[in-house]
Amino acid sequence: MGLFSKKNKEAFNTPLFKENPVTVQVLGICSALAVTSKLEPAIVMGLSVTIIVAMANVIISLIRKTIPMRIRIIVQLVVVAALVTLVSEVLKAFAYDVSVQLSVYIGLIITNCILMGRLEAFAMQNGPWASFLDGIGNGLGYAMILIIVAFFRELFGSGTLFNYPVVEKLGLYDCGYLNNGLMLMTPAAFILIACIVWYQRAKDKSLQE
Amino acid sequence: MEHFISLLVRSVFVDNMVFAFFLGMCSYLAVSKSVKTAIGLGIAVVFVQVITLPVNYLLQTKVLGNGALVEGVDLTFLAFILFIAVIAGIVQLVEMIVERFAPALYNQLGIFLPLIAVNCAIMGGSLFMQQRIGLPADNSQAITCFADSVAFAIGSGLGWMVAIVLFAAIREKMEYCNIPKPLRGLGIAFITVGLMAMAFMCFSGIKM
Repeated sequence: MGLFSKKNKEAFNTPLFKENPVTVQVLGICSALAVTSKLEPAIVMGLSVTIIVAMANVIISLIRKTIPMRIRIIVQLVVVAALVTLVSEVLKAFAYDVSVQLSVYIGLIITNCILMGRLEAFAMQNGPWASFLDGIGNGLGYAMILIIVAFFRELFGSGTLFNYPVVEKLGLYDCGYLNNGLMLMTPAAFILIACIVWYQRAKDKSLQE
Repeated sequence: MEHFISLLVRSVFVDNMVFAFFLGMCSYLAVSKSVKTAIGLGIAVVFVQVITLPVNYLLQTKVLGNGALVEGVDLTFLAFILFIAVIAGIVQLVEMIVERFAPALYNQLGIFLPLIAVNCAIMGGSLFMQQRIGLPADNSQAITCFADSVAFAIGSGLGWMVAIVLFAAIREKMEYCNIPKPLRGLGIAFITVGLMAMAFMCFSGIKM
């Protein structure tokens, strides 16, 4: 089996759109919504989750034959918790401001359902390389949704992109334009995700319920 | 006592786990198709939250905190692993105890108990508690003693339960609605939660 055989490519490609973890598998919604009021934390969160899913997938798939079935959940949790601790310490050291903005949600990657879902559904049955690609694919699929939501929330909520005052530079405030404060609150995140799901399901009829 | 009640009410309505912090969304969306199962899961979450959160509070203040165990040693970086181990262990323990002494309750909660170990509302509760220990005592969110952590546990658990039971009731009624095809299921569920969150935002003006 080649490194980029058809099966491996599928493991990477399907989670990006067809099997997107957030909008189709309904996994990892909690953090997807909470960190998206600005683009910067959303991207950092997306990258952290991608790295952690990929690494955890590889580790679990390497030791999958030695894990006793009864205690596999605890083994998986410990592996994930160790990786999350590493990422959290690295963020605190090199990107302190972002780690303060992300607050508890970095720790909550441990209980992010994407991780447990992928470990259970994929890494326990597949080899390390395929699991790695699956992890990267799922992580990027997740990051993509985060970035879309964060783009709209930051643009309409605070009129900036990456803290650059786009709306002010365009001179829209002088024409009487106002920021929509609701975009920064929780309800807007739910409704934006609903719109993404709506769009995706209108395009792809096979996903409709 | 006053702080105890204010913390409890605040965490049910103002700092609601679902509507203010998006926690526990996975099981919230998956297990809210009928009111009966929603109540079952809600009770299980309150139950586990009330046991794990105070235990983690003791762990944080007596073992992990700066200089708590050994003078000058800060073990806070171990919090993630220890908290999740405590949660997973207690869930397992609770499952066995309930199975042994209350089989009727076990049959109701049975399937939900293992799920709770990975419910972010539980882990999130513990992490918020860790954050709030450092707050000044006059802050209405501060957790300064063991009783406060119990109040926060009851409040956050109940808040989650209220949210899922209300949502399940709305979803039961929505079964009979004529919703555009692409919005059916997940789409309309998110919009409903969004509108409910907007309603709950009204509580945020309350001063206590």
